[in-house]
Amino acid sequence: MIYFDNSATTKPNEEVLDTFHKVASIYYGNPSSVHSFGLQTEKLLAQARRQIASLLNVGESEIYFTSGGTESNNLAIKGVANQFRNRGKHLITTKIEHPSVENACEYLKKDGFDITYLPVDENGRIHLDDLKKAIRDDTILVSIMHVNNEIGVIQPIEEIGSLLQNYPKILFHVDVVQGIGKVPIDFHKSQIDLATISAHKFHGLKGTGALYVREGVKLTPLLHGGNQEKGLRSGTENVPGIVAMAKALRLAFEDFNQKRHEMEKIRDYLRHELIKIDQTTINTPEMHIAPHILNFSVEGFKAEVLVNTFSEKQLYVSTTSACSSKRNEPSKTLLAMGVDQKRAESSIRISLSYENTIQEAERAVKVIKSSIEKLLPVMRGSI
Amino acid sequence: MIYDQILIRYGEISTKGKNRQFFVDKLRDHLRYILRDYEKIKIKANRDRAYIVLNGEDWEPIGNKLKKVFGIQSFSPVLKVDKDLNSVKESTRELFEKLHAENKTFKVSAKRADKDYPYTSDELNRLIGGHLLKHINGLSVDVHHPDLELRVEVRRDAVYLTCEVIKGAGGMPVNSAGKAMLMLSGGIDSPVAGYVSMKRGLEIEGVHFYSPPFTSVRSKEKVVDLAKKLAEISGRFTLHIVPFTEIQQTIQQSVPENYTMTITRRMMLRITDELRKKQKALAIVTGESLGQVASQTLESMFTINEVTNTPVLRPLIAMDKNEIIKIAEEIETLEISNRPYEDCCTIFTPAQPITKPKLDRAEAFEEREDYERLIEKAVKGVETLEIEAGKEPEQSLFENLF
Repeated sequence: MIYFDNSATTKPNEEVLDTFHKVASIYYGNPSSVHSFGLQTEKLLAQARRQIASLLNVGESEIYFTSGGTESNNLAIKGVANQFRNRGKHLITTKIEHPSVENACEYLKKDGFDITYLPVDENGRIHLDDLKKAIRDDTILVSIMHVNNEIGVIQPIEEIGSLLQNYPKILFHVDVVQGIGKVPIDFHKSQIDLATISAHKFHGLKGTGALYVREGVKLTPLLHGGNQEKGLRSGTENVPGIVAMAKALRLAFEDFNQKRHEMEKIRDYLRHELIKIDQTTINTPEMHIAPHILNFSVEGFKAEVLVNTFSEKQLYVSTTSACSSKRNEPSKTLLAMGVDQKRAESSIRISLSYENTIQEAERAVKVIKSSIEKLLPVMRGSI
Repeated sequence: MIYDQILIRYGEISTKGKNRQFFVDKLRDHLRYILRDYEKIKIKANRDRAYIVLNGEDWEPIGNKLKKVFGIQSFSPVLKVDKDLNSVKESTRELFEKLHAENKTFKVSAKRADKDYPYTSDELNRLIGGHLLKHINGLSVDVHHPDLELRVEVRRDAVYLTCEVIKGAGGMPVNSAGKAMLMLSGGIDSPVAGYVSMKRGLEIEGVHFYSPPFTSVRSKEKVVDLAKKLAEISGRFTLHIVPFTEIQQTIQQSVPENYTMTITRRMMLRITDELRKKQKALAIVTGESLGQVASQTLESMFTINEVTNTPVLRPLIAMDKNEIIKIAEEIETLEISNRPYEDCCTIFTPAQPITKPKLDRAEAFEEREDYERLIEKAVKGVETLEIEAGKEPEQSLFENLF
């Protein structure tokens, strides 16, 4: 099989699974227990935190463990909104965010918050001028994703961070779920206050993630209970998952440049080959893009039909993002970029990981070509 | 790369006369030690200034480490340039471009250590300021609250440019004032006492009294974590863990309740003094603050101190709790000290400890048991941990998991 749906989720690394199993079966004590068995687990937790912090080049007190991307995004956005609602009730985000950002914002709307959704240009990037114009006296948060999950475009995070330095009352949240381990980012240098990461996007396990919270930033928690994670995230820590995440992150950062280069090579090969097919248009721009995502449309085909056809040949790709595709909606990123409805409905996302090879890409191109040829006579009339 | 060196200004060292070289050497050795992971840099320490030549390293992470180093008044990332006026002007322009100075305000503060330089400080201010105004878009002068203050220091060898002066930790270089033993309980005060002593150049070794099962591994862990924080300052920290259960039990069984605390303290001080002799230290440091608790009244201190002639240094004696807490927060020990585990001082606290213990009564109670033998045994059973900053002793145990 060829797994090209790594932005939906990745295959857990064998060594990572091994770590999970060992920690879960040997160090199952509760890190909050007083006895020395619990202390062992607490030390594991501390070491995982240290390792993740050092890989991300931040302080260990700035890492808070959560259940994943959705929780971290919710905690960041609602946590800021609830903490600073007396300061202002205006949030700024973009039209192309992950649903866990968008819908957290929509939820806050019902609570009297005002949300500005920044537009993107035909290359999927926001403009700093638009952001500047959107900022008001009562703005408390700007939440902008690093790498877009549908087309792979990278937002100008460092420039945004530096612009926001002129507005000390505004916090800056970045959803770095898709970018981590693929596109370098320095939280401190980019002046980021909050950043979301999720383990299962870099060969860790589902149900583990983290929120980076810059030293000194206070949030209102979503969960109340035993005050784990310094009170920000109650609930017994998922130590096996967290240690596994620390290992997965280390492996993702190992030979980082080489891995990135490999993925870029595969992506460029796919772009080069797919563009030769008469019916295809490449939606991913050529500049400011992540190494692992390529989005293209096949004229006259509903994306879902193609995804089904490919999967018969064990080639696994996505229509839009996995989180939106169940609703059967066309990619909102493409619509926001000004792509027409039809092309958006026929868009397919290939997303790579460092485990993919150029041979897989060659086979994938064959599958894609033959599927289109086979379906062409049938599809002509239907769309 | 904006800057190529870090210039370090000494604090009190510069007031030293003949033995200044000794302090400079101590500081240089310590800088070499804490910056040992940066292989490319070169450290030069002169009589008046120290320089770290970056050779391509990023200055900011090094700067973060320097902030904690005692003996430094302030430091600046600098650009070393040729003394020729035109090259100074050009370099300042390049520096301002790299610092994105467009539309910002600035001022120039030139200073000449080299009085033979053909331009006065005022002339330099005007010449360089004029050059920058001409070449950087939207730049304007603000002498009161400038966004960028360009400092130009003319020295014999070269001209140094910087836009930043970062305050150092002050104090005297680590380990330049001899060695003392710190009684480290796990509370808020003792790590602060250790810190301020280190600030004056004392080399510190910690002594902790451990009474399992009355105190848990967690309380020992807490002290190890405190020791790690202190190790970040000096690079290394030696921690002695004294098995104290037997002595505490003996005291509980043979001393009237209101005197147990006094006798316990006397035993701790005796044991610490024995360790001091072994480690060739010359003083004992405690976190006592006058009147804070029953053991810290003047009468208590008199009766407890009587067991030794060794100088007992109490750097916090005249400080308020709030002042101590503030320092604990700054050195990041407060959070650790606040962990809710009992230590050997709190576990057997009598309901009403005596605040004015009499020396003769304390001595009489001690006659009842053979404490000399127990002390000897405790000293023999000491576990000594060598803690190195940034290193985790348990790392190897978990290694394959990470």
